[in-house]
Amino acid sequence: MAAAEGFAPRDWDSHPPYLSPDYKSTPLRAPTKPLVILPQSLSELTGPVYGQDAVGPLDHDLTKLAAKTAEPNGERIIVAGQVRDEDGRPVPNILLEVWQPNAAGRYNHDDDQHDAPIDPNFLGAGRCVTDDQGRYRFITIKPGAYPWGNHFNAWRPNHIHFSLFGPSILTRLITQMYFPGDPLLELDPIFNGVPAASRQLLVSKLSIELSEPEWALGYEFNICLRGRLATPLET
Amino acid sequence: MAPKQTPSQTIGPYFSYGLTPEQYGYDYKQLVGNTLAEDGVEGITIRGQVFDGNGDSVRDAVIELWQADSQGRYAHARDPRGSNTGFGGFARVGTGTLEGHFFEFHTVKPGAIGDGQAPHITVVVFMRGLLNHVYTRLYFSDEAAANGADPVLAQIGPDRCGTLIAQRQDGADGPVYQFDIHMQGDRETVFFDA
Ligand SMILES: [Fe+2]
Repeated sequence: MAAAEGFAPRDWDSHPPYLSPDYKSTPLRAPTKPLVILPQSLSELTGPVYGQDAVGPLDHDLTKLAAKTAEPNGERIIVAGQVRDEDGRPVPNILLEVWQPNAAGRYNHDDDQHDAPIDPNFLGAGRCVTDDQGRYRFITIKPGAYPWGNHFNAWRPNHIHFSLFGPSILTRLITQMYFPGDPLLELDPIFNGVPAASRQLLVSKLSIELSEPEWALGYEFNICLRGRLATPLET
Repeated sequence: MAPKQTPSQTIGPYFSYGLTPEQYGYDYKQLVGNTLAEDGVEGITIRGQVFDGNGDSVRDAVIELWQADSQGRYAHARDPRGSNTGFGGFARVGTGTLEGHFFEFHTVKPGAIGDGQAPHITVVVFMRGLLNHVYTRLYFSDEAAANGADPVLAQIGPDRCGTLIAQRQDGADGPVYQFDIHMQGDRETVFFDA
């Protein structure tokens, strides 16, 4: 019965625990009390809706969106994939927002004081809406690694931040996409906060099918959101 | 084999130009801001801070609201009462642009959705150091009778349900509801898993 269909729980075998002490910002910010189980009412079964009209024609192309005088520096790449739920169903017409540093590993943000150049032709933000098969595609510049203050000589692996909605507020997800073969992954406490069996879900794959000859390599990053459950409304 | 949920990762400190660009002064249109309005309905302000385990205000959190309109209707196909007033119901703000790291929303008070729950807003919190977002709820101090009958508040019990009740103060620009979020400590906010 569709009206009573709810969402499968967050899979804590796949998500990182809040307290992940090697990532040193977690001990003062992780909740210490157990989460309270909340029955899924209409407030949880609904969520914000953004259609194709929410995004502009260049929003998916980070190499053009903020280019003023030239193309941004760095290696042009294509990042594409499909958003599905745990039951394998494509998730169409949902908003994806991405942000990342430039090719030199510098974010376009006042708080980022890394001694690497800002690229005047690159903002590093983009967005798109999945098509009727749940597919999305961005064009961007491969982000650089950057240092951070977590521990001595700490460097984040190359990554792109992703934000997604999905069919309800319960399927909200913010995550990071990594690149295959990056030796910094095994040293990164944010990546390694994820249970070992699920870490590879965050690593994109080089895809020769998505790559365009003489133009750009393609990386495939598929995303899986919470599935459905036939639960009655309890409240 | 069934696919597994893609793991969550922290929003990190540098979300501003991706998620809240206009609020932080970037030349990029933002899809979502901190203001929601409904024709002919009194506006309210929701204001608060996020505190870490040391009691320090968090300057790099993102707060999102999901709420019904003043009639208690959601702008979503699953609301059986059909489309609402055109009120979108979703808002977002970062804590990095106001002194004291306050967040502030301008919205309307949601109506009850009609299932016995008191009027409430779903609140989603992201920040550096939080590897998965947290969900909480905002209830209203001037809905004492409805709050007293709310099944979720009853489940939580009197010791902790106060952490979910925004306190009304009447200002020159209408009601201001104060709602602080404590990640830890004696007043740790109730966070949900739904
Ligand atoms: Fe990052």
